[in-house]
Amino acid sequence: MNTIPGRRIIMVVFLIFLLLPIYWLVNMSFKTNTEIVTTMTLWPHQPTLENYKRIFTDESWYSGYINSLTYVLINTVISIAVALPAAYGFSRYRFLGDKHLFFWLLSNRMAPAAVYALPFFNLYSAINLFDTPWAVALAHCIFNVPLAVWILEGFVSGVPREIDETAFLDGYSFPRFFIKILVPLIASGIGVAAFFCFMFSWVELLLARTLTSVNAKPISAIMTRTVSAAGMDWGLLAAAGVLTIIPGALVIWFVRNYIARGFALGRV
Amino acid sequence: MDKTINQKAWFLVLPVFLVVAFSAILPLMTVVNYSMQDTFGNNQFFWNGVGWFKELLDPSTDLGGRFLASLGRNLLFSAIILAIEVPLGIVVALSMPRQGWTVAACLVILALPLLIPWNVVGTIWQIFGRPDIGLLGYTLNSLGIDYNYVSNEFDAWATVIVMDVWHWTSLVALLCYAGLKSIPDAYYQAAQIDGASRWAVFKAIQLPKMNRVLLIAVLLRFMDSFMIYTEPFVVTGGGPGNSTTFVSIELVKIALGQFDLGKAAALSLVYNLIILIVCWIFYTVMTNAGTERPEKQGVK
Repeated sequence: MNTIPGRRIIMVVFLIFLLLPIYWLVNMSFKTNTEIVTTMTLWPHQPTLENYKRIFTDESWYSGYINSLTYVLINTVISIAVALPAAYGFSRYRFLGDKHLFFWLLSNRMAPAAVYALPFFNLYSAINLFDTPWAVALAHCIFNVPLAVWILEGFVSGVPREIDETAFLDGYSFPRFFIKILVPLIASGIGVAAFFCFMFSWVELLLARTLTSVNAKPISAIMTRTVSAAGMDWGLLAAAGVLTIIPGALVIWFVRNYIARGFALGRV
Repeated sequence: MDKTINQKAWFLVLPVFLVVAFSAILPLMTVVNYSMQDTFGNNQFFWNGVGWFKELLDPSTDLGGRFLASLGRNLLFSAIILAIEVPLGIVVALSMPRQGWTVAACLVILALPLLIPWNVVGTIWQIFGRPDIGLLGYTLNSLGIDYNYVSNEFDAWATVIVMDVWHWTSLVALLCYAGLKSIPDAYYQAAQIDGASRWAVFKAIQLPKMNRVLLIAVLLRFMDSFMIYTEPFVVTGGGPGNSTTFVSIELVKIALGQFDLGKAAALSLVYNLIILIVCWIFYTVMTNAGTERPEKQGVK
């Protein structure tokens, strides 16, 4: 691969630019509030785990992480399950209105969450799903299902059509072909799609906050509590923030070898 | 690969259609319904026809003025971040190490900001930029630059833009990197034999190969910056004054803050329509680029 002069310096500077704000958050999460407010220190001089201890012992805090992970996982499973057959359909066949349908799906990925906040609130209240993980999981489908279809369509198109034909000649029924042959072939694509569904559901706040009140409140909504408390609890806020970065970092670590291909959505 | 015509494929896409229709069409109907009505609370609604839409597009009214101002700010914001993130993303992608463990390390660090919840991104920059406890704010102020994103409009804009560059440049970079990786070595060897300059290699080989992914990157970045809500809301709350109030922030203010359902619904529809049009333009360009490509390249 051809590269440009000074590339090491550019890369290092850019990575420092990315890491510095995160470092500052981590740094603050290990400080006491007195140290944060009174002095400017580049690293914690009196390191403390107090902030983390409070999050792990207070149920109203750690339940937020469980709630968030619950709806993210439900959403990922639903999105992939419905997107797989559709991706195969779009990739292999032509049918009435296929292009329009694909565009309509894609346009929903682009629809602003702010538009849907209020109608979703009405809709999920009406069907008694308000304040459950299911409401958030279904609401996030509006942008994750189209994305999953888009990614998987790229990967399915990469599978030669002869494989389908051979399988059907060998007497495979469609469901059996799908599960036994196609799914293993595009396993990495499914991983990539799941990664993106996880990512976009995990980072979204507006819908998640609007559709929950007490029982299913996501961690990101609970974090805003420290803002309204008397005097800002910076250390606690920073610790909570650090803990929301960890699941994402773990997921990236698992898919690190597929990142480059994954971000091209399987179509380079 | 030619696709066969088979109407039964509708059964394959039906689940997706149902799930998305449930989340998209039903709520959109509610919005259309509200946009034509006025309410005085207590669930009593009155027919208002196209009144809200007229008001929305007339800058002299309160609603219209607010909408058009936020739309203008939002377009300016999108233009600025695209102008920074796309070239920067390309430069970063070209600067990626060639092989070894550093590749994986760079990729992981690059992807990190993308998986941070958006309100935490806001929190990170809120803390980082504060003049009293944040490294950035503190450093700038001790260098003699008067920096305060809470009270100064320019500083607020700078903070929101730098935050977005921090948050999303990686996406552009990763997409471009994927595009670059797909270029066979033979292309470079041919360029070397021809004695092509670095710039010529970039213009004739790398840029055309990144065409498609760059289009995806611009589309995603434009759309996401056009509907940005959480990050500026956490950092500046739309302030100082209204200087960083983008369309989504305005909309949520009207819908969930004032509960002005009619106005909010009308705004939502116009907002959605703009996005739909832009999305359609991109989609058309993208599908055309896809069909033209093989002819241009000859053999593949």
